[in-house]
Amino acid sequence: MENKKLYTVTIFSENHVGLLNQISNIFTRRGLNIETLSVSPSAIEGIHKFTVTSFSDLDTIEKVVKQIDKRVDIIKSFYNTDEELVYQEIALYKVATDQFLALGSIEELIRKYNIRILEMTTNCVVLEKTGHYDETQGLFEELSEKLTILQFIRSGRIAINKSKIERLSDMLAKLNKEHQQ
Amino acid sequence: MSDPIKGSYILMESLLREGVDTIFGYPGGSIIPVFDALYDYMDKFNYLLMRHEQGAVHAAEGYARVSGKPGVCIVTSGPGATNTITGIGDAMMDSTPIIVITGQVGTSSLGTDAFQEIDMVGITQPITKWACQIRSADEVADAVAKAFYISTTGRPGPVVLDFTKNAQNELANFHYERCTYYRSYIPAPHVCPEQIKEAAKLINEAQKPLAIVGQGVVLGNAENELLQFLEKADIPAASTLLGLSAMPTDFRLNKGFVGMHGNIAPNMKTNECDVLIAIGMRFDDRVTGNPNTYAQQAKIIHVDIDPAEIDKNVKTTAKVLGDAKETLAALTQAINPARHEAWIQSFEPYEQKEQETVIEKELHHEGERITMSEIVRKVSDATQREAVLVTDVGQNQMASARYFQYKQTRSIVTSGGLGTMGFGIPAAIGAKVGAPERTVCLFVGDGGFQMTIEELGTIMQSNIGVKMILLNNNYLGMVRQWQELFFHKRYSSTAMANPDFNLIANAYHIANRHVTKRDEIDEAVADMLKDDQAYLLVVDVEENGLIYPMIPAGETVTNILTPKA
Repeated sequence: MENKKLYTVTIFSENHVGLLNQISNIFTRRGLNIETLSVSPSAIEGIHKFTVTSFSDLDTIEKVVKQIDKRVDIIKSFYNTDEELVYQEIALYKVATDQFLALGSIEELIRKYNIRILEMTTNCVVLEKTGHYDETQGLFEELSEKLTILQFIRSGRIAINKSKIERLSDMLAKLNKEHQQ
Repeated sequence: MSDPIKGSYILMESLLREGVDTIFGYPGGSIIPVFDALYDYMDKFNYLLMRHEQGAVHAAEGYARVSGKPGVCIVTSGPGATNTITGIGDAMMDSTPIIVITGQVGTSSLGTDAFQEIDMVGITQPITKWACQIRSADEVADAVAKAFYISTTGRPGPVVLDFTKNAQNELANFHYERCTYYRSYIPAPHVCPEQIKEAAKLINEAQKPLAIVGQGVVLGNAENELLQFLEKADIPAASTLLGLSAMPTDFRLNKGFVGMHGNIAPNMKTNECDVLIAIGMRFDDRVTGNPNTYAQQAKIIHVDIDPAEIDKNVKTTAKVLGDAKETLAALTQAINPARHEAWIQSFEPYEQKEQETVIEKELHHEGERITMSEIVRKVSDATQREAVLVTDVGQNQMASARYFQYKQTRSIVTSGGLGTMGFGIPAAIGAKVGAPERTVCLFVGDGGFQMTIEELGTIMQSNIGVKMILLNNNYLGMVRQWQELFFHKRYSSTAMANPDFNLIANAYHIANRHVTKRDEIDEAVADMLKDDQAYLLVVDVEENGLIYPMIPAGETVTNILTPKA
């Protein structure tokens, strides 16, 4: 059995009700857990982009992507490994203002983690960190040691392919042209 | 522009635009407006009131399989809709084009657990090619057009249209345009010249080629292209269960049927050939047995319309994507004429072995009881190999697949992928409606017969002339067979106390006969076939009968069990 690694599956779809169900069903069938999920409108109006990460072996993820691609409402789907991508997650941390000020090493912490402070009230401070999982997790762990984190939230991964230029619009234009002929 | 009409009438008009002539259905609360509209269209559609929604879907499948046209069924919401699930799953597995129109509660009640509300789109997304909810009358025409386009093009499959009650009742202008394009959907990949070239090279180099023919050939109407391809390079070929009848039984290069209960020669040759050409088939586990020992010595060429099938179950050396009609024609052009006499002759010892150890014993049985095989062959002979075979699932299915013979394509209707017991009677109804000029013979066991026995009512009411041959062994025979062979003869839950099936047929005014002895068969079969009316022939068959040869599940295809001497 091949070792499992984290794959990032990128899916372009029509923007319809029920697309997420269609996609997640295909992971479910093969017993794959979805680690992260991010969905948003793509650069092309009316087309949505899903970014899904999942631990899998290569053979399985290839088949999963083919079966996603086969769905009528899916425009294109592909998979990548981390080396092929520039990817990012965003995390927000809420801590109590008095605890935060009592740290005494705020500048050092901000420089070390490249933190942004989004909001500060007498009650709480909201910090933002973007980066890879290890980085957002690193800050979480360091903060946890020093104070109480009141709330923590991390987004799904978003990713951009290093090797190829995303030319979905070209593909759509080609399909349309073939249809016209 | 003409006056607006109700969504339910838009549905009727849209179905007519798609050339629909037959509808199988069952009414209920959330679909009454559609049935009200249908009342005005009774002269336009041949409508069959079934006895259960499952029957409606299987009938639509049977209709589609013999006619090549999509089968249509209309049922209500909630339980009516969920009763179609088995048939929808069946159609998905066997790539059968059907349109299932289900009622749905009004849009304003969606999500409220309203009476007979069920999330039909959510439930059926994993088992349909496409599922869509129609929420307003002005969506009806487009949804129907898209449904037919998606269901029938490319690799066909089931489509669900979930029709909300308000959309049935509201008014909208009717304008119909058939769908020919949907940007996120590519029905069939273009034939790629490089793929053809690579595959042709492998075929030209082959000394011992073997082709395996699946239903893709039938769905692509590529039977002639197939025969030309095989003839040109002299390639012996065998069918999968659903590929049967794509080649006539007596075609010179037809080497029978592969898989668990298939013929010995093509199964053995699968692991002897040097190039295996799989055409419109998907390497189902009932064909491959253990995929890790399947045709390991061969270069495998996979010809299929569905890119997701390539390398799914068996790794291929070369792929040829596209519609079988186009790919086979292109391949035929690209390959060299060849002769493989010695290779083809090498099938004979295996054929001889099967003839002696299995077929002779089945067709000329020494025991007193009738075998399934002999009655199947008698019916096949009596219909001059021109009948449509419909089967249920189990021993009856395998006996009929093995011993029925064919002259023309689209002559077998059977539940392959899902293996749905109870498929038989309703599918036979659909098949007879789809091919009224042909004799339709159903072989069904006592178990499957009772799973959809209620459809005898449909046969009576709509006067469907199906010939039903009930192979009664008072057992769930295939499970009993596995119990005998692999579970130390512990016959758990397989013996059946059965009713008098002839009395049941009498109650439905269906002509019938009960045969228990071999010398009664010929006359009974002749009596059954004397007219075009429905008939139930109950045949008491050998209770201990086993279907041989058999490759046990998950075993190597050459590990074939035959009867003990």
